Amino acid sequence: MTDATVSLAAPIDVPAVGCTEHTIEIVSDAGEGAQKCGQIFGAVSAKMGNGVWTVEIIPAEIQPPPRVPDGASGYRIRIGEGPITNWGDATNLAVAFNEQVLLARHRLGALAPDAILLIEDKWAADDDADVRAAWDAAMVELAACNYRIVPVPMEAECLAVVDNPRKGKNMFALGMLAWIYQRDMDRVRDQIAYAFRKKSETIFEQNITLLKLGYDWAADHLDFRIEVVPAPITEALVVMNGNEALGLGAIASGMELCAMYPITPATSVSHYLGEVFERFGGIVHQAEDEIAAAGVAIGASYAGKVAFTITSGPGFALKTEFLGLASMIEVPLVLIDVQRGGPSTGLPTKVEQSDLLAALFGQPGDAPHVIIAPATIEECFHVMIAARRIAETFRTVVMVLSDANLATGVTPFRRPVPDAQWQAAPLDLAPVPSGQRAYDWNPVTGLSRRVIPGQAGGMHTVTGLSHDEGSKVAYSSGVHQRGSAMRSRKLAVLQSLLVAPTVYGDGDGDLLVVGWGSTKGAIEEAVDRARQAGHRVSSLHLRFLSPLEPGLKQIFRRFQKVFTVEINYSDEPDDPFITDENRRRGQLSLLLRNATLVDVDCWTRVPGEPLRPGAILDAIRARLPGGGAP
Amino acid sequence: MTAACGLLPVLDQEEDTPSYEMSDYEGARARWCPGCGDHSVLTAVQRLLAAEQLKPEQTVFVSGIGCSSRFPHYLSTYGFHGIHGRALPVATGIRLHRPDLRVFVVMGDGDCTSIGAGHWVHAMRYNLDMVVMLLDNAIYGLTKNQTSPTTPQGFRSNTQPHGSWLPALNPLSVALGVTNASFVAQTAEWVPSHLYATLRAAYAHRGLGFVRILQRCPMYSSAVYQAAVQDPARIGLLVHDDGVVVPDLEKVYTTQVAHDPHDLDAARRLAGVTDRIHLGVLFRDPSRPRYEEIRRVAPRTAEERLVELNLELDRYAV
Repeated sequence: MTDATVSLAAPIDVPAVGCTEHTIEIVSDAGEGAQKCGQIFGAVSAKMGNGVWTVEIIPAEIQPPPRVPDGASGYRIRIGEGPITNWGDATNLAVAFNEQVLLARHRLGALAPDAILLIEDKWAADDDADVRAAWDAAMVELAACNYRIVPVPMEAECLAVVDNPRKGKNMFALGMLAWIYQRDMDRVRDQIAYAFRKKSETIFEQNITLLKLGYDWAADHLDFRIEVVPAPITEALVVMNGNEALGLGAIASGMELCAMYPITPATSVSHYLGEVFERFGGIVHQAEDEIAAAGVAIGASYAGKVAFTITSGPGFALKTEFLGLASMIEVPLVLIDVQRGGPSTGLPTKVEQSDLLAALFGQPGDAPHVIIAPATIEECFHVMIAARRIAETFRTVVMVLSDANLATGVTPFRRPVPDAQWQAAPLDLAPVPSGQRAYDWNPVTGLSRRVIPGQAGGMHTVTGLSHDEGSKVAYSSGVHQRGSAMRSRKLAVLQSLLVAPTVYGDGDGDLLVVGWGSTKGAIEEAVDRARQAGHRVSSLHLRFLSPLEPGLKQIFRRFQKVFTVEINYSDEPDDPFITDENRRRGQLSLLLRNATLVDVDCWTRVPGEPLRPGAILDAIRARLPGGGAP
Repeated sequence: MTAACGLLPVLDQEEDTPSYEMSDYEGARARWCPGCGDHSVLTAVQRLLAAEQLKPEQTVFVSGIGCSSRFPHYLSTYGFHGIHGRALPVATGIRLHRPDLRVFVVMGDGDCTSIGAGHWVHAMRYNLDMVVMLLDNAIYGLTKNQTSPTTPQGFRSNTQPHGSWLPALNPLSVALGVTNASFVAQTAEWVPSHLYATLRAAYAHRGLGFVRILQRCPMYSSAVYQAAVQDPARIGLLVHDDGVVVPDLEKVYTTQVAHDPHDLDAARRLAGVTDRIHLGVLFRDPSRPRYEEIRRVAPRTAEERLVELNLELDRYAV
C-alpha cells in the first residue's frame, strides 16, 4: 500500500485564516459521490476534535436528470472549534460539480454572501452550446453577489488517473478540502478505507491517488487556507447519524425484534440493524406492509420481550388501528416515527415535526400512550433504552418521534457506556399466582403485571373489546369507564416520576422559547445570540410530549411571553381571514395552551429543511419589546 | 381416532404428566347462534387439543374480528382476539418470538379473504409452523348479512340485495397459487370426523397448515351449502395414504377421488372444479422452507451483548 501514502507536494506557504467555525458544502448531480466526500470530510473533522454537524442535501428522485437545479444532491458539514449542534445559517465554502446545482443552493439562500465557490469549469467549454449558454447565464447570476468564484478543472485533472472522472472527482474534491482545512491525511486515508471497505483494493488505491491529486492541485493553485482549530479530545466520543443511534439504542435496550416496512426517512434504521442485529440475537422482519409490521411487533411483544416497529408519517397512519389495540390490551410496544413533511407523501426526504398531534390523538377512541422526542443524535441512542423500559413498566405503547434532520445528521457525542441493566430481563415464565388476573390494575396507579403465554395458570384471551380485569368482555355498564380510567391513570403516574425541565438561560425574563425534537441546537444557538445582544431570552426543550413534563405552568409564569418554535404549519396572525379564534397553531403550542392555560404563541415554518438559527433569532427579536432592537 | 396415521407425530409425553380431557380446554360458554357451524369447529379443535395433549399455557389461538373470531374466548388456552383481518401478522410475531408456543389462527372469510387478504398471501409464503383455519360461511354474519368475497354470485345480502355481482373468490386456488405454500386442505363442519382428521393433519404438518372449513351460517347463508349437506354425491373425498383417511366415511361419500397431495398441478385443477366440493388434503409438501427456521438466531446473554455492543461502538469511535 505504499502508493497510497500521501506526500505533500509543496511546502505549506499559504497562511491559514483562523475561524471559530466554517460551513462547507459539496453539491453535485445525484450519483456523483458528493455525499461520500462530505461524509468522509465530516468524520475526519470529528475525529480530529472539531465540533461537527452534517446535513444531507437529497433530491426526491434517485436519479434526477443531470445539471438541473432541482436535482442538487450533496452534503453540508458545519465544523467548529467547539461543539456544533445544528446546521447553521449559511455555507461559507462550496464545492460544486456543475453550476446548476450551485444555482439551486444560491437561490435557496443557502450560501453566505461572501462564500467561496469552487466550481468544476469544464462546462464553460462544453461541446453543447446550450450547456455553455447555461454556464454563462449562471455566472452572470452568481456574479451579482459577493461570492468568490474559483473555477477548478476537476475532471480534466482526474483524467490523468481515471477514464471516467465523473466517478472519481469526489475524491479530488476531498483532496482540495483536506488541503484547505489542513485535515490529518492519515485519518483521511483511514476513513476512505472504511468508506470503501466493500470495494476492491484497486478502487481504494485509485481513490487515494485522486485524493492526492486534489490535494496537490489545491496546494499549487489556491491562495487561501482556513483553519478551524480542533479541540483536544478529552473524552471518548462516537460519531454517527440519528438513525444509527436509534438502532444501536434499540440493541442496547435488549430488544430482539424489529418489524418494519420500507419508508423514507426511517428505513436506514433497519439497514443498520439488518447488518448487525443478528449478532445480538435479534432479527429485523421486513413485513408485507406497514400494518403487518405493527401486528408482528405487537404479537411478538404480547408473547415475550418488548418489540419495536419503525415508520414515518404515511406508514404511521396505517398502523393506527393496531396502536389502538396495543393500548387497549396494554401490550408494551415501541414505535419509532422518523418524521418527514406531510400530509400524504409530502416531503419524503425532508424534515418536519408535524406528526405530533396525529401521534397523540390519531387512534379513534381514547388510547393513552407515551410520546418521547429525542432532541439530539446522542438522545436518539438513549431514548430507546428509556422507551423500552417505560413500555414494559407501564404496559404501554411508547412512540419515539425523531425526524429527518436527526435521521441523517451526523455529529460526535459522548460514547455511551453500555450497561447490562439497560437490557430487558429474561422472560419470566413462572406460573401465575393463584387469583392474579390478566389486568390486575392497582386501583390507584392503573399498573398491572403482564401475564404472557407460557405461564401456567394465567390463560386468558386478550381482546380489543372493552374488558374487565379478567379480560372478560364488558357487557355491563361501568366496566368501560373503569378500564378507560385505569389505562389513562398510568400517564399521570409516569408524569409524577418526571422532573421539571431545565430552562436554558435565566429562569425568568421577557421571552421563553419552547421547542421539541431536532430544533434544540438551532434554538439554543439563537437564544445565545439574543442573550449576547442583551436580551432577556431563555429556552426550554421538551422530551416528553405525552405525558407533558411537569411544572410548565410555573416556568411559563416567570416570562412575559412564551412561544414555541416548531417545524410544522401554523397560520400567521396577520394572514387573510386569520383571527385569534380561528388561527391554526403550532402543534406543541396547542398542547401547551391546553395544559397550562397560558397564551402560548408560536413561530413555525415548513421549509423542508432544518430551521436556521438566524431565522429563529429574527422570530425572537420580533417578539421582544421594541422589536428586539439592541 | 385412527385418521391419517402416517402424519401424526409421536407424542413425547412423560408418563406422569396429567392428561388433558376435552373439557380441560373449555373456556367461556360459546355465544354463537344455535346451529352455527362454529360450534362444530370448536368441538373438533378441543378434540384435537386433547388428542395432542397440548398444554393450555403453551397454546395460543389468534383471531381477527367476526363471529368465528370469538373462538379463543371459548377455549382455556391463551388467546388473542385482535382486529379485523390482522390475525396473521399477530400470529407471525408470536411465532417468530416464541417458537416454543403452538399457534392456531382462526379467521372468517371477511378476515382472511377480504380485509386481510394481503396478510394471507404473505403468511402462506412465510410458511410459519402453525395451523390456519378459514371458517368460510360465505357471508358477513356479525355485522348482519353483507356479501363477502366468497359469497356465491347472485346470492342476495343487505349490501348486494340484487345478488352478489361477481363470481366468488376461490380461497383454495389463491392459497395454492402462493409461492412456498406447503399445506392446503378443505373440509366441512357438517362432516365432523373429516373436520377433525383434517385439523389433525394440518397440525401434524411442519409448516403453515391452511384449512378452509366450509361452514354454515344458520341466519344468513345456510342456503349456500344446503345442497352439499343434503346430497353427499356433490362431495368428492380426496383419498391418498398421505392425505386424510377417515374410515367408514366412504359409505356416505361414495365419490372418492384419488389424489396425491404432492401433485401441485393436480391440486390446482381440483381446486378449480366448480360442480363438486372436494374435501381433503389438496397439497402438502413438508420440505418447503419455513421462515421461522431461516430467521432463527442464537440467543445472546446480556454479557455477550455488552461485548458486541462495545465492538460496535468502537466502529463509530472518534
